[in-house]
Amino acid sequence: MTRYLPWLGGLALIGLPFVYTAPYPMHILIIILIWSFAYTSWSVMGRFGLVSLGHGGFMGIGAYATALAWNYWHISPWIGAPMALLAGALLAVVVAYPCFRFRIIGHYFALVTLALSGIVLQVITATRDYTGGSLGYTPERYQSGSSFYALQFTGKTTWYLIALGVWAAGLYVWHRVDRSMLRYALEAISEDEDGAAAAGVHVTLEKLKITVLSAAMTALAGALYCQYQMFISPDTVSGIAVSLQMVFAVVVGGIYVPLGPTVGAVITILLAEVLRVSFGTRAVGWDNLVYGILLVIFIIFLPKGILGSLLALRRAS
Amino acid sequence: MAIFDIFLLEALLNGVLLGGVLALLSLGLNLIFGVIDVVWICYAELIMLGMYGMYFLYTVYHAPIVAAAAVCIVAVAILGVLLHVLVIAPLLGAAPINQLLATGGVLFFLQSAATVLFGVEFKNLGLRLPVLKAAGMFISYSRLLAFVAALVGMVLVYLFMTRTYTGTAIRAIAQDRQIIPLMGVNSRRIYLVTSALGGGLAGLAACLLVLQYDVHPFVGLSFGPITFLICVLGSLGNFVGGFVAAFVFAEIIALGGLYLDLEWGYVFAFAFFIVMMFVRPEGLMARRS
Amino acid sequence: MLALKSVRADYTTFQALFDVSLEVRQGEAVGVIGPNGAGKTTLMRVVSGLLRPTGGSIVMEGVDLVKTPPHRIVELGIAHVPESRRLFPRMSVEDNLKMGSFMRAARPKFRRRLDVVYELFPRLRERRAQLAGSMSGGEQQMCAIGRALMSEPKLLLLDEPSAGLAPVVVEQVFDLVTRLRAAGLTVLIVEQNVQQVLRVVDRAYVLKAGRIRAAGAAAELLASDTIREAYLGI
Repeated sequence: MTRYLPWLGGLALIGLPFVYTAPYPMHILIIILIWSFAYTSWSVMGRFGLVSLGHGGFMGIGAYATALAWNYWHISPWIGAPMALLAGALLAVVVAYPCFRFRIIGHYFALVTLALSGIVLQVITATRDYTGGSLGYTPERYQSGSSFYALQFTGKTTWYLIALGVWAAGLYVWHRVDRSMLRYALEAISEDEDGAAAAGVHVTLEKLKITVLSAAMTALAGALYCQYQMFISPDTVSGIAVSLQMVFAVVVGGIYVPLGPTVGAVITILLAEVLRVSFGTRAVGWDNLVYGILLVIFIIFLPKGILGSLLALRRAS
Repeated sequence: MAIFDIFLLEALLNGVLLGGVLALLSLGLNLIFGVIDVVWICYAELIMLGMYGMYFLYTVYHAPIVAAAAVCIVAVAILGVLLHVLVIAPLLGAAPINQLLATGGVLFFLQSAATVLFGVEFKNLGLRLPVLKAAGMFISYSRLLAFVAALVGMVLVYLFMTRTYTGTAIRAIAQDRQIIPLMGVNSRRIYLVTSALGGGLAGLAACLLVLQYDVHPFVGLSFGPITFLICVLGSLGNFVGGFVAAFVFAEIIALGGLYLDLEWGYVFAFAFFIVMMFVRPEGLMARRS
Repeated sequence: MLALKSVRADYTTFQALFDVSLEVRQGEAVGVIGPNGAGKTTLMRVVSGLLRPTGGSIVMEGVDLVKTPPHRIVELGIAHVPESRRLFPRMSVEDNLKMGSFMRAARPKFRRRLDVVYELFPRLRERRAQLAGSMSGGEQQMCAIGRALMSEPKLLLLDEPSAGLAPVVVEQVFDLVTRLRAAGLTVLIVEQNVQQVLRVVDRAYVLKAGRIRAAGAAAELLASDTIREAYLGI
């Protein structure tokens, strides 16, 4: 029975928009799916002890590159998004290669990547003549609204299905990495880098592979977010806050389990929404306040995350 | 050409002045890392709170500025101790990355607590210090004051670290944590003293930065990343390395700011950092092993 | 002075000491000898509080060491010179010595103790401003012993003081043990360098695989064929 559970769940998720189409819950679901994909992208590398605090940077690159390409050169997001993805991957190589090559690990790596996400935000702000700076940026509407060419849809159902597909693809990538030789190499590296190198693992290359994969996925999440929301600002898609938010959601959900990041996204986004709906504009800041406290509490008392701890509990009983 | 040179010189000088404050920032972070082996990601947010403290004490409640500064330094030092006791101490045995993430949670918390309590508006001290005119250059008095105070602060820390038993123990524990009890040193007490010292330095930095910059809940983000880069480039925990790196970065930012916006200065600093990692991966001032 | 009764010690994956009992009397020099991995260093760490025993009792002049916080043990007059010296390498020789008199009771006596140590090791006076990590192994060993003497201890724990040193220096180190005893210090010394240590101690215990296998006067142990062959490999 449990074997068919994922398939049944998948079918239910696909069938949902044909039965239920209330716009607000659909919107929340789409947002959850997009962020779940971003969080899953982070955990693809985060689970191997490669704690990047720079994923806000990759997400920002993805979102802004797609939007800028569309507005200035009229490049369809179908090409713009892959380009953005490449840009994210390239940035990952530029920053991560020297880090890995010269053994910048742990604290150092986290700090360097943290600076990266801060810098991406600074660049977006500094180029305000083109990006609108901290006021945000909007991709131009294509003719009437919905267009396959412009990857713009007014209907929520289409977006829901796209986000669902991408999210599922993210999980598939997670699963593939989990079953790959890369996983063994990276686990060996995270245990003992010198030992792994002595055993013939090309440490720099293996780490770079997973980082590029993770960064590119995150950039795609940024592009997707941009196309769906049709509005991006440095604070919502880039910067340190976004990076920490990713880490936070993954830690809350569970870093070593495939659905952990998704559970984290569900919890954090619902929490933010509940606060927003019940307190309105007075809620500004409260969601992050609660996140911050929860993150500290989780790391101290439940470092495996909610889903991770539940699964461990079930296995133990 | 002559005007260009004056601007260049002025930028260089401003770079030096900025370097003093950045060096102070990195000293606090390095101290914590060297001794407790933890990075306070939320270090700049402690400074942000200190800046608010100055704003409220001086501008809203009209306390004398020196008294306000003293209260702020002590208050942020206490925050540092609280941070250690509530967040770091329970995680001392956990994976280092968990400690880092927990302080990231504190960053979130402090930022949003400031948003909730103080609002997102920019606030400033409303204190207008004169601008110094010398040899055709304009040097802001507040920058000069910040530079001098930062230097005095660092000299005091230096004297504390070399002249007192507690300071010597702080240096010793950074070099060999395990045998420290053999010297009769209670490492838990040293951690508390170090956290207070790191917090106090953040408090001092807050008093100096608030002279030059407006305070808002996200102000930490504009100098937090640069402080981390300085510490990594100077090799974490290495005080001298951090000191040198601070001045190098400050010059890059000041010169970048001369030709373009200040944000571009930061971008150049980051680019420089990436290049330096290829050239001198072991840090600017590699530690002799 | 110091008495260990049925002491057990565990590391996370294995047990290092089984039921070890041992006694050091005032003014004695006692050796603990045995092969590598016998638990000698563990024994020292348990006495000075770096490792908590999982069973048994350790009493120093009537005070239960198991219940004393590690940083208070040195205040009872126990100074431990750890294995491989463990100086603070990027601190000057004098700062290292200063750390030796960190405890409150020792601070007022710092200058006087410094003179005592410098008299014992004139080399350290010459090098007092040098970084400890940049000195030779022998000088570092002197500095480590000097650091321990700064607290004016009653009992000195020496863990493998001869390890990694040139033969001439080893000679000096053992010579020093004799001189310290003459000055009234009680010494507990752990060594692999069996023959030499047995010449400077009064009594010795043979530790193997975490248990005391034999004990006796140093001369007896040196003379006894069975012990020499079975445990000492000489």
